[in-house]
Formats: sequence, structure tokens, C-alpha cells
Amino acid sequence: MPLNKSRQCETYRRMLRIRRFEEEGTKLYIAGKIPGAYHASIGQEATIVGACMALRDDDAMTGTHRSHGHPIGKGADLKALMAELMGKETGICKGRGGSMHLADKSVGIIGESAIVGGGIPLATGCGLSAKVRGTDQVSLCFFGDGAVNQGTFHESLNMASLWKLPVIYVCENNGYAITTSVARSHGQPSIAKRAESYGMTGIQIDGQDVRAVYETTDEAVQRARSGHGPTLIEAKTYRFDEHQVGLFVEKSPYRSAEEIEEHKTRRDPIVLYRHVLLSDGISEGELATIEAEVLKTVSEAIRFGEESAMPDAASLYDYLYSDPIPDAAQRATGSR
Amino acid sequence: MSAAIGKAGATAQVRMSYLDALVQAQIEELERDERVILMGENMEIYGGGKIFERFDASRIWNMPISETSFTGVGIGAAITGLRPIVDLTIASFMYLASDPIINQASKLRYMTGGQVQVPIVFRCCMYYGAALAAQHSDRPYPMFMNVPGLKILCPSSPADVKGLLKSAVRDDDPVMLFEDTKLWPLKSEVPTDPDYLVPIGKADVKLPGSDVTVVAIGGAMRLALDVGDTLSKEGISLEVIDPRTLKPLDMTTIIESVAKTGRLILIENAHRIANVSAEIAAIVCEEAFNCLKKPILRLSAPDVHVPFSPALENLVFPTKTQLAAAVRRLL
Repeated sequence: MPLNKSRQCETYRRMLRIRRFEEEGTKLYIAGKIPGAYHASIGQEATIVGACMALRDDDAMTGTHRSHGHPIGKGADLKALMAELMGKETGICKGRGGSMHLADKSVGIIGESAIVGGGIPLATGCGLSAKVRGTDQVSLCFFGDGAVNQGTFHESLNMASLWKLPVIYVCENNGYAITTSVARSHGQPSIAKRAESYGMTGIQIDGQDVRAVYETTDEAVQRARSGHGPTLIEAKTYRFDEHQVGLFVEKSPYRSAEEIEEHKTRRDPIVLYRHVLLSDGISEGELATIEAEVLKTVSEAIRFGEESAMPDAASLYDYLYSDPIPDAAQRATGSR
Repeated sequence: MSAAIGKAGATAQVRMSYLDALVQAQIEELERDERVILMGENMEIYGGGKIFERFDASRIWNMPISETSFTGVGIGAAITGLRPIVDLTIASFMYLASDPIINQASKLRYMTGGQVQVPIVFRCCMYYGAALAAQHSDRPYPMFMNVPGLKILCPSSPADVKGLLKSAVRDDDPVMLFEDTKLWPLKSEVPTDPDYLVPIGKADVKLPGSDVTVVAIGGAMRLALDVGDTLSKEGISLEVIDPRTLKPLDMTTIIESVAKTGRLILIENAHRIANVSAEIAAIVCEEAFNCLKKPILRLSAPDVHVPFSPALENLVFPTKTQLAAAVRRLL
């Protein structure tokens, strides 16, 4: 079922939120206000948002080390996400997760795994749980082209197919596992084709076309909710920035400057969708309103993060166990 | 509710084996809470004492040979409302499952700032001393002790394994249960109360005494109690302690005993380097050094793999003779 006007605007809003959040986050990272590593989702917004728009809040989701886009795509509030990147106590993970682990349970995300392929069995387990509990919830799993070569992909898709679990496997195929291309690492370069060997539906789509991603995912979600099992979606997308901010190695390019430029100028998912919205009768004025609102939301998130406090030293052991073990904490810090 | 139950009442007990107590605990928890499911390989045929025929297929999941991923599937199910018991059978298979156990189950509560909880039990059995060679004979619990966020159980009596497994199922954190197959046939009294729980993190004094403290883990408990019995006839009094929970360790009970005896022997069947005994010895040195009258002694498997040939395998694990000799060295 195609998106109505308000859902179309929401789709555009979420894509733009990812873009502006990542642009500003990258600047803050370079300025030293965000510690650790920074993996931006710029270029992959259509795949993320198109898939998320097909889900309900109570559907579970898992993601990857490139984690910022997933909660934004699922509709999360930006403030706690930005505060988390800055390592603040008000962060969505209380400063325990950071850039590679922006999981927001309130929108259904149970984990963003920086162990490549680590989220695939977990999402499969969410599907098993929904089946046991007799609900019509589904789970959706984002992973990259690199994760397809992990054993967990093979094992999990086999189980999901065997038991017809309500799981949607969405491969964000951006062409490169850090620097290793699909051509250099996949015996079968069509990831969608692998589905056939597990006895499930596999579909390859243009991951820069948010409508195609939404419609394909929506069909997969309907199949899953009605008990017809899992789907593998391979969305061909592209990462505009480096694997990680600051990781560019000038003398050993693994992809050409022309290739990157071609995607940025002709295959930018936000520019492509803007054209679609205008031709669908949404006015420049309406889009400009969304664009201004997104800028404001991102600025507010940054201010919130900057004004928030760092976690207190006394909170080091918080969230480790459901029932704190004070004895162990004292022993570890040598205070006994 | 169960055929094994004798007379009613909270204090009623029935004599059963360690293995039967394990089965009983799982049946009781499956009946008590519909969120509890069992996951493992070959469950239909070797369904752990006919658990399989009591429950429908949505509760007992027969897994393909995919230890890494079905462990992860259990974790995903635990986060979204179930309380799985994942049976990994032979302890060496824990290595295959270790990535999701360590990188997901142990870390997700912490890494999400408490948004997620992972109420799951990972079971496995340690099958050493049965001529199965090194890939089926490991006792790998010390490796997991080094992982924050896990709780680790290794009880030695039928009542303890029942009460601790039930506590583990009801716990909101990931719990690993290392069963020692040397204990499976061991029979003793087990409370029939379906709410009989042994608290996680509490040691138990299995034999009170005054001359030497012996901390024995898992299957080593059998010989510790035998040696305690033998030596008592010579007037030597051992205090034998079972930590029952390896993480978190109940050091209070152990240190209280050492304060009384001034002598400590640690015995277990894991390899010697960085094992549980090493950790206990270190903490006793840090916190109760003044109580020690003699050096701490450790008996454990040497830093060599478990060989296939029984002639060689018999050399690997501590014996009653070695334990008795260690006691005499300290007196």
C-alpha cells in the first residue's frame, strides 16, 4: 500500500533527520566533542527509512555498528541519541553504548551490534519469541554486505525459514565491507539469490529509492505477520563518507573518486525523493517547512547533549546486573 | 504436579539423582511460567527425561546444529519476553556459543543503559574422564568468569542443582550452569516444594570442620567429602565448602572458614592456570592473609589437554590420595 501524504512527509523528515544529524555529528566528532569512532549513515537514508516506515513501534529491530540512522529511521527522539554520542548520562544508553550502539528500545530496537553479523540471530530470536507468544509482531534486521559472509547469516536464515519466523532481513549493501568490495569477497555476488538456498523469498531492490524499499518491506512485513515466514531484501545502497570519519587513506583508494562523486550527484536518496514529492504535488513550501524544522530539531539535540552532564563516577557499575553486587564492585576498585 | 513428589508441605523431600533433579527443575519451571522455553539439539529423542512429551512444540525447540546462532536466537527471545533455557550439551560447545553469550547476553543490559534485559539460562555438561578426548572433555567455566555481566553456577548436589536452576530461570540476568557429569548419578534428598530456590551467590558448608578448609568445585566435591570422611577417622577435621555459584563468588563464607582453620586447599578439575582456585586464593591473600598459618594449596588439572587413552586421562585430574596428602602437608 503506497504511503499517504502525511506518511510521505514523515519519510522525508526522517531521511533528512539522519542526514543533518550525521553532518552535524561529523563536525562535532572532528571538533573533539564526540569521543570514540564515528560511522555515518549518509547515503544510506532511503534504505533505512524505507524499511522502518513499514514497521510498528512494537516490532523489534536490530542494527549494526553504523547505528545512528536506525533509531532515527524508526522515529526516535534525537536528543538522547546526540547526548549518547557525546558520552553523557542523558544519552539513550546512559553513556554506556556510544556511536556504534545507538539502541532505543522505546522504538523497538533491542541492540545495535558492532560484532558484524551479531544482530542476525537476535532478530531471529525476536521472531521466534513473537511466534511463541502468539502475537503478530515482526522483527527486522539490518546488516551489511560484509555480514552476509558470517556464519550467523547462514545459520539464522536457515532457522527462520525452517520455522517460518516473522523476520525481515534487510541487507544494506553499500558495496564495501570497510574496504573489501563484494566482488572481492562474495562467491555469489547477488546477495538476494542466497535466499533461494534457504527456501525463502529474496528480493534485490534499489536502496536509493525509498518508495521501492518501503513497498518491498511492507509486502515482506505483511507476509511475516500473516504467518508466511521471512524475507531477505538486498537493498543496493552507497556510503558517501568513509567507513569511519578520518579513516581515508590517500595512497590506497579502494573506490574511485569518480564512483563516489557519481553517487553523490546522481544517486543521493534525499534529492531523488525530493523530486518525487514535488511531482506528487507536495509544494516547495511544505518541504522547506520540514527542512527548517529538521535543522531546528538537530540544533536542539546538540544543545541538549552539550548541556548534559557526564556520567557520575559512582554510576560505573549501574546497569551491569538487574540486582547490583556491591561486594564485587568494592573488590574490583580495591576499596576493600 | 510431578510424579516425583512425595508428601505435601514445604519441608517434604524425596531422594533423587542430580540428573533427575535437573529434569525436575526444568519441568517445574516450564509448568509454572509459560514464558519459559527449552532450546537444544536432539531434544525430541534425548529430551532430558521425557520433558518433551509433557509440553507442546512451542515450548521445546529442537535446534539444528547451529550453536552460535541458536544461542543468539535464545538471547533475542529473552529480550522480547521469553525466558529460554538453552541447552548446549557438551561444555566444549560453549566455545561456539561464546560470541553471543559474551558479546550480546553479558553486555546488552550494560551497553543499552538498562533498556534491555536478558533473562536466559545457558546449560552445559562437563563430560571429562570418559575417554572422549580433548574436544569433548573440557571444564571451561574459568574462561567465562572473566566476563562481567554473567552469573555462573556449578553446584554439586541434587538439591542445589534443582534450587539453583530454578533461581536461574527466575533471574533477570544471563546465567550459565556448568553441570558436572560425575555428579549426574549422585543421589540425595531434594525438597519437593515447587518454589524451593537456592539463592545465586551463596556458598554452602557441606562438611563442618576445624583443621583445614577445603573448597571443592563441581565433581571434585565427591572426593573432598570422601577424604573428609576418611580423615575424620584419624581425628583430622576438614571443613568442606561448595561455592555453588562461581560468579558472584561468596567470599564471605570462605574467608570465615579460613579465619577459623588458618589452612586452605582448593580443588577443582579445570586447568590450573587462571582457574577459580586461583581467583579464590588471590582474594584470600588480599583480604585474609593474616589468618593463614600455611601456604594455600591448589589441586587441579595441569596445563595439558585431556588425553583419550584412559591410562593417560587418569593422570590429569586430582585424586583422593593427592588431596589427603595435601591435607597432611598443611598439618
